[in-house]
Amino acid sequence: MQFQHKNLLGLQGLTKEEITGILDVAETMLPVVESKDKRLPLLQGKTVVTLFYENSTRTRTSFELAAKYLGATVSNIVASTSSVQKGESLKDTGKTLDQMGTDAIVIRHPMSGAAHKLAEYVNASVLNAGDGLNEHPTQALLDMLAMRTRFGRIEGLKVAIVGDVLHSRVARSNLWGLTTMGASVTFAGPTTLLPEAFQKYGATVTNDVREAVTGADVVMALRIQRERQKAGLIPSVGEYARFFGINEEVLKLAKPGCVVMHPGPMNRNVEIDNATADASHSLVERQVHCGVAVRMAVLSLLVGGNSK
Amino acid sequence: MKTLIKNGTLVNPRGKSGEWDVLLEDGVVKALLPRGSEAEAGEVVDARGLHVMPGFIDMHVHLREPGFEYKEDIASGTLAAAHGGFTAVACMPNTSPVNDNKVVTRYILDRAKEAGHARVYPIAAVTKGLLGEEMTPMGGLLAAGAVAFSDDGRPVESAQRMRLALEYAKNFGALIISHCEDLSMAGEGAMNEGEVSAILGIKGISRAAEEVMLARELILAEALDCRVHIAHISTALGVELLRQAKARGVKATGETCPHYFSATDEWCKGYDANAKMNPPLRTARDVEAIKQGLADGTLDCIVTDHAPHAAWEKESGFLTAPNGIIGLETAYSLGITNLVEPGVLTYGQLVEHMSCRPAEVLGVPGGVIEEGAAADITLADPKASVVYTQANNHSKSANSPFFGKRLKGRVVRTILGGKMTAQNL
Repeated sequence: MQFQHKNLLGLQGLTKEEITGILDVAETMLPVVESKDKRLPLLQGKTVVTLFYENSTRTRTSFELAAKYLGATVSNIVASTSSVQKGESLKDTGKTLDQMGTDAIVIRHPMSGAAHKLAEYVNASVLNAGDGLNEHPTQALLDMLAMRTRFGRIEGLKVAIVGDVLHSRVARSNLWGLTTMGASVTFAGPTTLLPEAFQKYGATVTNDVREAVTGADVVMALRIQRERQKAGLIPSVGEYARFFGINEEVLKLAKPGCVVMHPGPMNRNVEIDNATADASHSLVERQVHCGVAVRMAVLSLLVGGNSK
Repeated sequence: MKTLIKNGTLVNPRGKSGEWDVLLEDGVVKALLPRGSEAEAGEVVDARGLHVMPGFIDMHVHLREPGFEYKEDIASGTLAAAHGGFTAVACMPNTSPVNDNKVVTRYILDRAKEAGHARVYPIAAVTKGLLGEEMTPMGGLLAAGAVAFSDDGRPVESAQRMRLALEYAKNFGALIISHCEDLSMAGEGAMNEGEVSAILGIKGISRAAEEVMLARELILAEALDCRVHIAHISTALGVELLRQAKARGVKATGETCPHYFSATDEWCKGYDANAKMNPPLRTARDVEAIKQGLADGTLDCIVTDHAPHAAWEKESGFLTAPNGIIGLETAYSLGITNLVEPGVLTYGQLVEHMSCRPAEVLGVPGGVIEEGAAADITLADPKASVVYTQANNHSKSANSPFFGKRLKGRVVRTILGGKMTAQNL
């Protein structure tokens, strides 16, 4: 498959064929992740730098392992130990990495648009591992891979995404990805955490979680950060759990065979009930597994041998 | 020395308009002569095809000096003003140190005089250090040369502090210009809250953050029977609130900026920090309301809010980049392109908003070409079509979203006190 982009900044603007192509490649990577000898030397001689301005264990590790399974040289930069703390700008940092011969930069940054800005300044491919509230494209891709391996398709699935949609880059990437792939997407949550404007872009928006979950194939809970309570967006996490949390009671409204997903890390008994998180219909662990395969796919498509 | 501006068309709503030649002598307008009159003059300016207008007055600019000379200084800012057709600008006090004392006020006036590109009217702070607390010595600042008061860039957060400032300003008949923004609502927002912010993942600033304080200022002005001027109005409801207040006889005036009738929050797509300003770019509906407000006179003045920032500051990313854009050299062209050409305003109305009304609101001379008035005159070709590029830019900074745009209307020559300050060939 030919992927005609230098960067993966987001799923907004990608075509159904392009997303399908990434998922097809990712599916071929799953056996590598599962095998005893995790070596597929597509990135031999290539250098991947992870540049993380926000704490993240799972996403950074997932990218690092994906690159290493593909044979790349990997270097990890964490903002707290880098020149970032000395006030170096994103532009200067990017140009420095470029000069060191970096082929791909995996960036996570608290500012929406940071990956887009970095991509303007560097020759290396830029992979967005989460920019502010904007996008987290590999998360939505791994969500879709998990759905596809379970249901055999994405088109026509009814997906409910529940929680702090306003502050969620996972929600935005899934909005673009799932609607492009032909799923029917409903976002739900309290008014103060739900951007009504998502309706304009092909999704349904409701404040009634029960309505969103009814007939759903997939129910995805999004993390509720405790800071939202302090900022006055919700009165308490307890009240949130009572009216908007995902639990076995609410899931009775979903379609039989429905699965539950969560991008992690979970706040058990807040956005997702403890029992639900561990139930047999939970795909949470499967998501993490798919994450490595998706990142291998994206890295190989962007910087692998024949792409440049 | 005498200068004759001949063959031009006077667009001069407060005086004679049409086919008049203008004779200047010793820095003032000596006479308006029917076109073709023979008059002796050492210098003859052929203004065939050009509009001859009273010099533009921008009552809201940031010249950045003292303190931020890497962005702009008084000489470079006023040179940009001259090239944009402005013969006078009023500069906001958010310098370093803040213009909250007569030393800074006098410094600005001295530097402006040295540069000689435009008349500069310092606007002093309402509160010391722009902190929203202690009032500045308004009487002394006026005596030193300040023309109005504003904490622009910040609101006076406390309603009581604002009420006292408005009340105290009455002692001197002084004008207070309010930057309306409820900071608790604006929070960490970086663009207009709406359909575009939702998908860009940028925290939005509710239009209500501007409107609630705008309403407060109008209520205070009504209750105290005093003047207030509302800075950079950007929303439809803001225009409507001012319209209603004026209808009730409240002594309120208001201004808007070219970007609020020329651009929308759609311009933030791609995270271009040159589309970041405060108040933020709004929506197409607001643009229409701003145009309507200018057409019916609810909005008195067009101001640029010229806000230079260095490239590295704007490049730091959308959220961390400072607010504001430069605007002195695009104001007239944007007015022609987006107001006159679509039939929203007449040429005369544009001059009202860019010269006559600002002079009245600030209480400074200008706004009319008539015998005995200072020879502050702007010549422009309303039909010229030019692409705005760095070559047209005389500011030290280049933070504008309008670079590369084809605009109608071009300032050709600016005359200050009878002397040419800028010529765009």
